[in-house]
Amino acid sequence: MKKAISRRDFLKVTGVVGAAGLLAACGGNSSSSTAASTAAGSTAPAGDGSVEISLWTYPIGSWGGTESKLDDIIAAFNKVHPEIKVTYETLDYQNGDNLVTSAITAKETPDIIMEGPERLVSNWGANNLMVDLSDLWADTEDDIAAVSESVVSACQLNGAYYEYPLCMTTHCMAINYDVFEKAGALQYLDEATRTWTTDDFVKAMETIRDSGLAAVPGIIYCGGQGGDQGTRALVNNLYSGTYTNADHTEYTANSAENVKALELLKSMVDNRSLNANAGFQASDELQQFANGTAAVTFCWNASNKAQYASQVTFTPYAMAFPSDDGVPELCGGIWGFGVFNNGDDARIEAAKTFIQFVCDDASQAAESVRLTGFFPVRDSLGDVYDGTDQAEQMGEFASLMPYLGDYYNVAPNWTAQRQNWFNMLQEIMVNGTPAQEAADAFVAASNP
Amino acid sequence: MSKTKSSLDGQSRGYKIFVIIVLALLAVFFIFPLYWILTGSLKDAITINAQKPQWFPLTPTLDNYVRLFKQPAVQWLLNTIIIAVAAMALTCITAALAGYALAKKRFYGQKILFSLLVCAMALPKQVIVIPLLQEMSALGLNNNLLAVILPTVGWPFGIFLMKQFSETIPTEMLEAARIDGASEVRTFVSIVFPMVKPGVGALAIFTFVNTWNDYFLQLIMLQKREVLTISTGIARLQGEVSSDFGLIMAGAALAAVPIVAVFLMFQKYFTQGITMGAVKG
Amino acid sequence: MAQTSVKDQKAGGAPQTHSSSRVLARRETISAYLFMLPSLLFFVGFVLVPMGMCLVYSFLDMGIDTSAAAFNGLNNYIEMFQDKTFIRSLWNTVLIVIVSVPVVTAFSLWVGSAIYPMRSKLRSFFRCVFYLPVVTGSVAVTVVWKWMFNPYNGLLNQIFGTVGFDWLGDTRTAIWCIIMILFTTSIGQPIVLYVAALGNVDRSLEEAAAIDGATKFQIFWKIKWAQIMPTTLYVLVITTINSFQCFALIQLLTRGGPLGSTSTLMYYIFDMAYNYQRFGYANAMGVVLAIFIAIFSAIQFKVAQSDNG
Repeated sequence: MKKAISRRDFLKVTGVVGAAGLLAACGGNSSSSTAASTAAGSTAPAGDGSVEISLWTYPIGSWGGTESKLDDIIAAFNKVHPEIKVTYETLDYQNGDNLVTSAITAKETPDIIMEGPERLVSNWGANNLMVDLSDLWADTEDDIAAVSESVVSACQLNGAYYEYPLCMTTHCMAINYDVFEKAGALQYLDEATRTWTTDDFVKAMETIRDSGLAAVPGIIYCGGQGGDQGTRALVNNLYSGTYTNADHTEYTANSAENVKALELLKSMVDNRSLNANAGFQASDELQQFANGTAAVTFCWNASNKAQYASQVTFTPYAMAFPSDDGVPELCGGIWGFGVFNNGDDARIEAAKTFIQFVCDDASQAAESVRLTGFFPVRDSLGDVYDGTDQAEQMGEFASLMPYLGDYYNVAPNWTAQRQNWFNMLQEIMVNGTPAQEAADAFVAASNP
Repeated sequence: MSKTKSSLDGQSRGYKIFVIIVLALLAVFFIFPLYWILTGSLKDAITINAQKPQWFPLTPTLDNYVRLFKQPAVQWLLNTIIIAVAAMALTCITAALAGYALAKKRFYGQKILFSLLVCAMALPKQVIVIPLLQEMSALGLNNNLLAVILPTVGWPFGIFLMKQFSETIPTEMLEAARIDGASEVRTFVSIVFPMVKPGVGALAIFTFVNTWNDYFLQLIMLQKREVLTISTGIARLQGEVSSDFGLIMAGAALAAVPIVAVFLMFQKYFTQGITMGAVKG
Repeated sequence: MAQTSVKDQKAGGAPQTHSSSRVLARRETISAYLFMLPSLLFFVGFVLVPMGMCLVYSFLDMGIDTSAAAFNGLNNYIEMFQDKTFIRSLWNTVLIVIVSVPVVTAFSLWVGSAIYPMRSKLRSFFRCVFYLPVVTGSVAVTVVWKWMFNPYNGLLNQIFGTVGFDWLGDTRTAIWCIIMILFTTSIGQPIVLYVAALGNVDRSLEEAAAIDGATKFQIFWKIKWAQIMPTTLYVLVITTINSFQCFALIQLLTRGGPLGSTSTLMYYIFDMAYNYQRFGYANAMGVVLAIFIAIFSAIQFKVAQSDNG
């Protein structure tokens, strides 16, 4: 009898504990759901019988970042398609990949994601997580190919299109024009073409170092993968090396040209005409450039220029990477949309509708591109900046577009290879490992 | 009494002065980061990135806070409080019950269970992150604060601590209660719980502070901006603006000030709670 | 623990007859498990089950496309011991524990005994000061140190006149920076504990020893040390746990770099899972780490027990 009572009491106690748990659960639930609903409320009015899709964007101009214009974009979309409700999340390059990996593992991926082929195609597409967007391409492939064939090939893998591109640019570098002028280093660059030779680059950096006008002439950042296209382009251009073979199947960082370039950079670090920071990513280096601490940055484009515009007190001047023959080959950036395959056809269709609206709708496409701060990948759009107040500053970058080189970001093992790249730079620049040895190790670790 | 005390603990004058100087220097060293957060959050971009440090913000600005509150920073703070309080309450209740049973009851599987708990006590969450993430999504708890709370409660350190405390309960008292015909629940509520209360206090503070400071689970489980906590919120800011130290310091200040204020107000209870745990544990 | 159980058995079981004792034992078992049910739900659900899954995954070759996982035998385990970064991370983990645990314990004992005889206002002032980094929050502390370590705008280089030196990017200094920050966030609690423990030391023993002509050093070792032993054990346990859990510091300051010089096993597992997207391999390392920590905890507990007895 007593036993029975006590057992019942226990059930009561566990019941209470369970209830407490539930209560906490509800607390947690309600708070997060109210948060979510307020966020949704601020984005778009829900249509009747509507589909709800989610959009995650990396910081691509005003499509992402802390002050994104996504509310406006979604509002414009909802005027035409009130039945599709779009919620969004903005990611950054430092944590974004981790969040997406979490979402994939938890099978809670967003419907649409905005980034470039190196993630959409080489990583998530190659892992069978994305929807083939061939149907979107059907009418526009020629229009896109007219701008660049390499955009078309970059967005596909084994015949499936995992990205529908919106915009592109060339990644370049920039100099602090005022410091270069005062130090007398402008003589080493060709202002008309925004190019310089490797020898002139070396002389310019030494001149800056000797002038003492900047705390550090330039920073080779190798603390992480952020902005690694800058260091890749720097190394490849100095002696016209390539990053991969022509088929994009193998990495060639250990070629004679690249090793020579790495050795040159190391010697510049040793004579202090450059500094190497293994604790820095591109964003840290950019901040130092914006402060006037560093006289050049290796990670520049229109979007970065806009982001730091309010902080710089000098003229940042966009330049191509130095090259031995004076003919640079710049890395391209291609940004667009991919759709995660979540098995729900209604949402996939809605996602495609959204993508088609922002990329192809006559009233929206040009504005979508302008919000990225980059250039259209559709020939039919023409010059989207013509007649806008962005026209002048975009001209600076438009003049670098002809130097667009091979788009090799679709090579295999791309994600792991990025880790190996900055580790290789650390080996050479910080640890003093011979360039050939470190580059061989990089290739061995990265090639499939 | 006080005389004996000083004669026993009395050290040479030189040593005493040395101790005071060392402690004062250390105090500066320990207070400084907080000072630097607070003053840094009030500096404008030019001052904060200057080549020469400005020890005190001569032209203070609230601009960093204005930018911070464009983010759902208050929601982050609220989320952190919900997580910390819920984890604390659940841990204390479950651990007090389990610790008592482990210390005062003899049952099959006791040894193996206790060994398991001890071995799992220092287990880092990184080890089980992928399965945990899949489990949470199977439970439909992705992007839910519960996904952080539940694994925190599962951590067996609390049970271990409460077991150590419960051992101090005299077995005779439990026997007496049993002979009086008190039910198990009554025994627990009226005899066991009052005796282990200091331990519960210690555990409560320990869990609260640890959960407040936790970062990893929150980083993994929470992706949407609205469900972030203050820790992950600052980390997100750092990822977005990298070296915009003014904004990051404003975030850090928002994370630090509430709990530092609570700590200073209830300093006595904080230290008492921990203390009782120590002496007996 | 062993002692109490033996006592319980004697008090409860021995005088009873055989069959009734079995009934009693069963009843006791049922009630014990009912008491532990809530805890066990959480523990089994969110520690043991994931750990089991972790073990299964460790034999797979699995990436973010989990549906394409393939059996990989013991290859993950074999690879681990040829992986330079893994070895480096293992060493760093051990280094952090063997440096920070004794240093934190010794230092907090010194501070504790230095501030214990002070006036109560002063004592609580110092206690507060050393506890501040704990309540400031690890992420807040980390980001302010990141700023202070910055090679160009950081306070440290400005003070030392070494502008450009990369504290967190140099393989010689990075790990010590991490250990130093970990130290500031770890000693608060032990100091509070020691101050309290010293307050509970039986003074009459000290006085008696002093009268017998014992030196201060002898008094400390023979009397005080023995009496604060339980506190020391508790401090050792929580400091070890803290050192093993140090993650935010590494992820936000160095991401394990440069060249793995600040990578711990905990960070490397995360890095492998999230940045290299090799879930199988990451889980295999997780299994090894779990075994390593379980053995460590068991030994620590055994040692603590025998000292207690």
